[in-house]
Amino acid sequence: MKPADKKRVLKEMLFARRFEERCYEAYVERKIGGFLHLYPGEEACAHGVLEAARPGHDYVMTSYRDHIHAIKSGVSPKAVMAELFSKETGCCKGLGGSMHIFGAEHRFMGGYALVGGPFPLAAGIAKGIKLKGGDEICICFLGDAANNQGVFHETMNMAKIWDLPVLYICENNLYGIGTRIDRSTAVVDQYKRMSGYDIPSAQVDGQDIDIVYDAAKIAVDHVRSGKGPYFLELMTYRYRGHSMSDSNAYRAKEEEQMWGKRDPIIILRDRLIEAGGVTLEEYEQMDSEIIAEIEDDIIKFAEESHEPSAELLDKYVLAENDPWVRGGAK
Amino acid sequence: MAELMYWEALRRAHDEEMTRDPLVICMGEDIGVAGGTYKATNGLYDKYGPERVIDTPISEGGYTGVGIGASFIGVRPIIEIMSVNFAWLAMDQLFNTAAKVRYMSGGQLEAPIVVRSPGGTAHQLGAQHSARMEKVFMGIAGLRVVTPSNSRQAYGLLKSAVRCNDPVFINEHELMYNMKGEVPDEEYFMPLEGSEVAREGSDVTLFGYNISVHWCLAAAEILASKHGINAEVIDLFSLSPLDRDGIKASVSKTHRAVIVEEAEPAVGVGSEVMAIINEECFFELDAPPVRVSAENVPIPYNHKLEKMAIPTAQHVVDAVLKQLGLS
Repeated sequence: MKPADKKRVLKEMLFARRFEERCYEAYVERKIGGFLHLYPGEEACAHGVLEAARPGHDYVMTSYRDHIHAIKSGVSPKAVMAELFSKETGCCKGLGGSMHIFGAEHRFMGGYALVGGPFPLAAGIAKGIKLKGGDEICICFLGDAANNQGVFHETMNMAKIWDLPVLYICENNLYGIGTRIDRSTAVVDQYKRMSGYDIPSAQVDGQDIDIVYDAAKIAVDHVRSGKGPYFLELMTYRYRGHSMSDSNAYRAKEEEQMWGKRDPIIILRDRLIEAGGVTLEEYEQMDSEIIAEIEDDIIKFAEESHEPSAELLDKYVLAENDPWVRGGAK
Repeated sequence: MAELMYWEALRRAHDEEMTRDPLVICMGEDIGVAGGTYKATNGLYDKYGPERVIDTPISEGGYTGVGIGASFIGVRPIIEIMSVNFAWLAMDQLFNTAAKVRYMSGGQLEAPIVVRSPGGTAHQLGAQHSARMEKVFMGIAGLRVVTPSNSRQAYGLLKSAVRCNDPVFINEHELMYNMKGEVPDEEYFMPLEGSEVAREGSDVTLFGYNISVHWCLAAAEILASKHGINAEVIDLFSLSPLDRDGIKASVSKTHRAVIVEEAEPAVGVGSEVMAIINEECFFELDAPPVRVSAENVPIPYNHKLEKMAIPTAQHVVDAVLKQLGLS
């Protein structure tokens, strides 16, 4: 990553952190309903990988912990927050919610709430890319626990035999909901599971964005050059529970403190300060500006937007006026 | 008008649509090199190649998801699931994603896929290869379900389903692929909603779909020739949505309804048609509607017991006579 980009990315990651923390507050205030899965602690994963790719050109999808992947792909944070507030100005008009953020115009192909569901969908997008002959790739971010669903294995096998341009990013945060990985998973190192499919893979520190970026560059180049799928495992940690309904009682305080010392934003900030790319004062200034922007711009927009109109209730169930439903245009 | 077998009609629809649009592909187990278990894709591998006629591993959930994902960016996959019993494995992708993606994305994405799969009880295939599961698919908002009873419908429904922007599940039948029927020589499209009057009548309406249309037609002949009863047969080729207007029109004419289904009775086509009759035209009825359904059992292997589990034309005749107070 170029030094000039690092300062921008630091700001983006800090924005992601503050955005998610503000979501937490809005949930407590009951402005956000349903389930809410937050990303603090894992910011270097989405930012490092997508810096190495071409968001808006490449297709991106993920599971339900999806706000930040959407924003990094180009979806407006206002539209994401308004979606969480279930307003018609939300990116999915208030029909999706936190787990279903979409931004098709930015090729952010969605957040899905079945943990392994996106595996084959991403392979299918990659199949479509191949049929249409573009140089795009599809990048699919999923958690480690998704790898214990059947479609993981089915998809890896197909991605390999058909040489699909798909990059799977395993954000390994060590817990599947509340169960630690070594209690749920026979092979704890997820990248090793790729040996069963002859798919190239790597495992790197997901808290250091420079490391993530370098590993992702190799992965993206591999996939874009037509060599088939790649699997990149990023070792990371979520600071909050799986979702807001999670008491987080299953993790040792020592473990949380250990990971807290490896905060992805602080790692990048301190490295930049040391290199003279940013000062602490600039960083603090950046932080206050972000907090103000979220409050004055984004939250205000979400608050002031109106609820979806009743006509949206059944608008998108089936295609509107599809002529083939009547046997063609007669 | 050419006479084609049901599989030939399906094959013709595949071929025409794949010629028209390079983004129409087909995928499934043994559909390419092997030519398809029921030959619906016979010869297409040689004509269109392995990138568009895709032999999949035996991974129904996985390859159905692959088809759905491809459809997000303009591909039109026709997915063959070799037996509807295996389609259970694809339900997550079909129900959780294909049926819901337009809705939960606020209209941004859609999944214009076709899934074809034969259900039905054939000959001694046992409990896990004899399911009739159209009832499961027809209860899902966002998913269309059609079921052809003859070659013309098989051709015309697949043609329209490929072009429709909704996901469409086509429920076929293992016993019907070699059934012959006339198909128009020119290009022909069936509507994906509605019903057809398979036989006009005035005394009672027999509602059938897929194979049970043939039981209804055979029963109508017996009723006419032996009992002087003129039965109307309605072919419910669209199971989701069901044709409320067509059901109402026929019952309002005959004032009696018998619904014939190959599946077990609970939560099925029969119960749904009865509900529609109640809602739309209850006061037109001269007698309570009746269902003729399968026994509520897994399908046994033994041929004699297997036949006992599934209705026949005679069961339909008996139900009509009982309804009319003639037996």
